[in-house]
Amino acid sequence: MNTDNIILSIRNVVKHFDISGGFLDQIRFKKGRFRLEETTVKAVNDVSLFIKKGETLSVVGESGCGKSTLARVVMGLYPPNSGEVHYGGKRIDNLNHKQMLPFRKKMQMIFQDPYASLNPRKTVQQTLEEPLRFHHPELSGNEINDKIDQVMEQVGVDQAWIKRYPHEFSGGQRQRISIARGLILDPEFIVADEPVSALDVSIQAQILNLLMKAGRERDLTYLFITHDLSVVRHISTRVAVMYLGTICELAKAEDLFADPRHPYTKALLSAIPVVGEKRAKQIKLKGEVPTPVHLPTGCVFHARCVYANERCLHQIPELLTLDNGTCIACHAVEENRIIS
Amino acid sequence: MPHLLELHDLEVRFALRTGDIIAIDGVDLTLDKGETLGLVGESGAGKSVTGFSIINLISKPGYISKGKIIFNGDEISSYSDEKMREIRGNKISMIFQDPMMTLNPVFTIGFQMIETLQAHRKISKADARNIALEKLKKVHIPSPEQRLEQYPHELSGGMRQRIIIAISLLTDPAIIIADEPTTALDVTIQAEIMDLLQELCESENMALILITHDLGVVSQVTERMAVMYAGKIIECGLTDQIVKHPVHPYTEGLIKSIPGTVITPGCDLVQIPGMMPTLTNIPPGCAFNPRCYLKEAICTTKTPELKDAGNGVWAACHMR
Repeated sequence: MNTDNIILSIRNVVKHFDISGGFLDQIRFKKGRFRLEETTVKAVNDVSLFIKKGETLSVVGESGCGKSTLARVVMGLYPPNSGEVHYGGKRIDNLNHKQMLPFRKKMQMIFQDPYASLNPRKTVQQTLEEPLRFHHPELSGNEINDKIDQVMEQVGVDQAWIKRYPHEFSGGQRQRISIARGLILDPEFIVADEPVSALDVSIQAQILNLLMKAGRERDLTYLFITHDLSVVRHISTRVAVMYLGTICELAKAEDLFADPRHPYTKALLSAIPVVGEKRAKQIKLKGEVPTPVHLPTGCVFHARCVYANERCLHQIPELLTLDNGTCIACHAVEENRIIS
Repeated sequence: MPHLLELHDLEVRFALRTGDIIAIDGVDLTLDKGETLGLVGESGAGKSVTGFSIINLISKPGYISKGKIIFNGDEISSYSDEKMREIRGNKISMIFQDPMMTLNPVFTIGFQMIETLQAHRKISKADARNIALEKLKKVHIPSPEQRLEQYPHELSGGMRQRIIIAISLLTDPAIIIADEPTTALDVTIQAEIMDLLQELCESENMALILITHDLGVVSQVTERMAVMYAGKIIECGLTDQIVKHPVHPYTEGLIKSIPGTVITPGCDLVQIPGMMPTLTNIPPGCAFNPRCYLKEAICTTKTPELKDAGNGVWAACHMR
């Protein structure tokens, strides 16, 4: 593996959220004694991955699997409980605000809801010039305006609308403005958290095309968070499938869709409705996703897995690399117990 | 044979200070017993308003300004509120998008199910409870007795949607209108709920109107579909046929813009330029003309009517 090309790597990242509340909420009565008990949501558990320059890595999973938390840990919005985040060879998860500044310029984020992520009291111009004024105080007013014009043109928003407020735009146009804000500092790396989920299909295609075009023209690297598997298949170089805070499969997009290996990935892929095809036999999962407050022992998927055995119940499977580069965390695959 | 449900030239307006907005403009639809019909479109196309208008759930300032709705031979669009209650939630049930919002958080599942039954029938509490249990079993809810005592917050999203489907089944309706029933759910749960709805339609001989923006779901579940754009049906007919050979350029664009249908991964998706007009500002002629690649002079002056395009598909387009 050539490490020069790696733009971002995360190692054994763990992120738990304490939701136990105040002192009184923590009191439990057990076995004749009062004791204090913390309740934590185990959102991300021991996740490691790397992203190469110029690729699009997608993280998919159902709601509550920790994919958005992972994105926020990468961006430094949440500090991880343990583990490391490296960007361009430098560790960034332990930096203070000032040390983090140069990295913030290179890493930008696009959020899901274009209604909530734009400040309703700021015009497009104000929204777009704020990051420039903050990170490049040396720029003159004209230079800033040139830059804004250039980005607006790239994302396909009419420059004449620069004095308008977000409420005057439709969802698709707002998402274009969010993307413009993400691009204006000429970042290298963009984290897009469900950027098209809130949009209609015909608008979704426009925004995906725009993101891919910007990626090509500016040589961007994307970390793409989404639950929509058909979008993933279309845009990704590699895909990581998450379940209950852990990665269960990480593979090249074409490999993953052609030959999913993990039982969860198989079930997930078989559930996508495809236009024009009657559903092939869908792999049904028993039960529901357990809560991340009480994680199952062993493999987090064991309770819903048809291949689970004694070992899956007790031992957490490690992410193993197969011959074709696919990484997979499953005892059944490792022991060749799955007959497809 | 007469249809189970017919909409004739239905028009729904919203009276605003600035003038009336036409949300539904001359919609004709039919539904037969046991049939599944998909109503597809982007947000604002009027698909939900169509669903709501069938059971007269259009609230002020909206009103049905023209047309008829005929159910089982009776014109239900002229019913009084009182009389409509015998139909709504009884013979025609509705399932809404958000299973969180539909159930009342302060009452148990059992209370809400029994209440629904007692509102529509003279029935003892014990009998109602038995029917409730039977319906919960029908939607494959594990340990139904326990569920009756539980509150909505104790259940997951998929489970809640199952409960809502069970509630809509209580009165053995002839039609279920499902408005984006799985949009708030994950794909694996969505697949289960869709399977369940399909299975119930067959076993109970119910008709289903499925309102959704997801063409994948529609193509898997429904027999017939109607595509809506700016308050009008622009294409309708057999689902398999429309999905494989769309006639209207909007339907065609909609299908092609879904990743994974015709375009190889990594290439640009087919995109429909622009966006749907707001209802206050619908262009003259065909509402789709500013975004259409087939546009000719006639499209900007004359509104196209639905016409037979062969193979059981009807489309409203001058050019096709």
